Amino acid sequence: MRTTETPASVLGELTQALAAKRLRIVDLSQTLAPGFPQIVLPPEFDQCAPFRMEVISHYDERGPDVYWNNISFGEHFGTHFDAPIHWITGRDLPHASTDTLLESSFIAPACVVDCSADAARDADSLLTAARLREWEERYGRIPPGAWLLMRTDWSKRSDPVAYQNFNEAGQHSPGPDVSAVEFLVHERHVIGFGSETIGTDAGQAAHFRPPYPCHSIMHGNGRFGLQCLSNLDLLPPTGALIIAAPLKILRGSGSPVRALALVERTARHYSSGAR
Amino acid sequence: MTTDALKRPPPRNPILPLRLPTLPPGSRSRAALHLTAAVAEGRFELQKCHDCGQIQYPPRDACTACLSVRLVWQPISGEGELISDTVLHHSNELYYRHLVPLRLGLVRLKENVTVLSLLHKECPAATAPVRLRAHLDKAGQATFIALPTIDTPNLADDRILREMTSDPKFRKVLITDANSATGHALCKALVDAGADTIWAGVAEPWKVRPGFSSIADLPKVTVVPLDLTDNRSVQDLAGSVGAKVDILINNAEFHRSSGISDRPGTETARAEMEINYLGMMRLAQSFGPAMRARAADSSVPSTAWVNILSIYALSSLPSQGTFCASKAAALSLSQTLRAEMRHAGIRVVNVFPGPIDDEWTQLIPPPKLPPAALAKAVVKALQDGVEDIYPGDVAQDLFKKWRESAKALEREMWGQ
Repeated sequence: MRTTETPASVLGELTQALAAKRLRIVDLSQTLAPGFPQIVLPPEFDQCAPFRMEVISHYDERGPDVYWNNISFGEHFGTHFDAPIHWITGRDLPHASTDTLLESSFIAPACVVDCSADAARDADSLLTAARLREWEERYGRIPPGAWLLMRTDWSKRSDPVAYQNFNEAGQHSPGPDVSAVEFLVHERHVIGFGSETIGTDAGQAAHFRPPYPCHSIMHGNGRFGLQCLSNLDLLPPTGALIIAAPLKILRGSGSPVRALALVERTARHYSSGAR
Repeated sequence: MTTDALKRPPPRNPILPLRLPTLPPGSRSRAALHLTAAVAEGRFELQKCHDCGQIQYPPRDACTACLSVRLVWQPISGEGELISDTVLHHSNELYYRHLVPLRLGLVRLKENVTVLSLLHKECPAATAPVRLRAHLDKAGQATFIALPTIDTPNLADDRILREMTSDPKFRKVLITDANSATGHALCKALVDAGADTIWAGVAEPWKVRPGFSSIADLPKVTVVPLDLTDNRSVQDLAGSVGAKVDILINNAEFHRSSGISDRPGTETARAEMEINYLGMMRLAQSFGPAMRARAADSSVPSTAWVNILSIYALSSLPSQGTFCASKAAALSLSQTLRAEMRHAGIRVVNVFPGPIDDEWTQLIPPPKLPPAALAKAVVKALQDGVEDIYPGDVAQDLFKKWRESAKALEREMWGQ
């Protein structure tokens, strides 16, 4: 019986499953590149630095046998992890900065809610608690400690102007409303919320009551955020395992991550028609 | 004799080798550099003896009449008479070999000084009244050209005058930040000045300003991605248009208003340095070599590089301390750029405006320089071939004070 085997064999089985490609690894990360857009704050504020790369040497007079770069970026650039101290509501929580997060925070299962049709119809569309309950009727209750990932196919917007989607009224991108965040935090006890857009909150979330619920409520309750994810269309509604460990930055509020998902080969995913 | 209107030059014949830049003789005495310095700032001045009143040329360390060393620089009107003229058919100077035949003449100024001068094509034969102008030549040194006394329609199109100026007419221009108040105005002004092509750089295209489409839709304007904080972006644009840019106008700037201790942290200061200082350096590394190589192109040579600096590069306005520091750094960098570009005869023009009337000078009381006035001054600087300009009342006033006493001005800026 498998259940009586030692933990070592669990890893052995995992290794075998990966080798036999019964488990596939899905890369959920955007490429760190200078052209990828960064979050926009009002211009009078200090800004989140975009990704920049300067060559140290490239097999040239600066180092004939070496190619390497200096890179720079804000903690919240590209596919990245939000730690609770990112928001003022989470500032006094334990295990809430990138250097003090519990290791158990880095690997967790995911529930993926497909909102791509809504997002295609309306850039300001919101994920609600009602919609989550509807999803649960179909795929089962969201387990405590799971990531709730909102699939919008926003990551397929390769033009940064379309990805940012600004007009005179600000940014227009989908996200959760207050009811969804309250439900996920207090009734389902998720580990965090993940999105394909530039932030976990909707583009217009500054006007919500309270503003930025996916930051203020999530982080105020010690939960995390993942944003600028990609390839969520390759994940099943349930059953994927997310590996997302931020850099261990002293008192860091977040960090770019190489976010990965382990998916069972047999799992049905949304794009194969299993809705 | 009239000057033919400049026609749009044909593209370079690709089977002929590129003509390499050469320079006229560039050595000058220390005294003569004062003449060059005045010309670089758009003034024509000669030495006048404080003791005997003689005006003299060439510049010397003492008065040739009374040996006094008390020499002052006196503005000269340029009114004079062409007393003789000739045509130079041969020169051993590489630079002049492609300019011969070249008209030369002796001009006696009304101050009773006689100078050797190049002659504009429309300059009448001796003896005749002329206007003598001092210009910087390709070597960046003062030289003289005699013009007819009245303007004619195509005066600026003379080939010798065009050697000494950077008129945007039929030239291809890169504006490094078209998505700004100054960028909008520069695009419009350069279209009006007859530029052949204007590449309008835009960083962060998701932030384009209202009304940007009116610039993007202008004839001759092509919007191109350019982010001076990103080395790769600068290299990419240089890879696509770098070999065609005749005039580069670096107006990109990051401008916030704070002192150095009233705003926590250094991120805004860093952002200013990234664009205002390092941005210029990235441009110099990516666009500089190609512009230098094309400085004597037989069709339309590359000719000028313009930096929009600030009068506060000379003396800090404490309420905008970090901005001023970045502009002072940019000024220093531009002096090195000028030294490096001079080998090809590319003119580096520094523009020192006072406060520009845009969204980052809201609390500065007028007079503020309208962006359109800045753009007009830039075009005029290129047409006149000058090197440093101080457009607007505030810039003129502060520049005058700075020349009188930089130290006194430093104190005066505390109250601004």
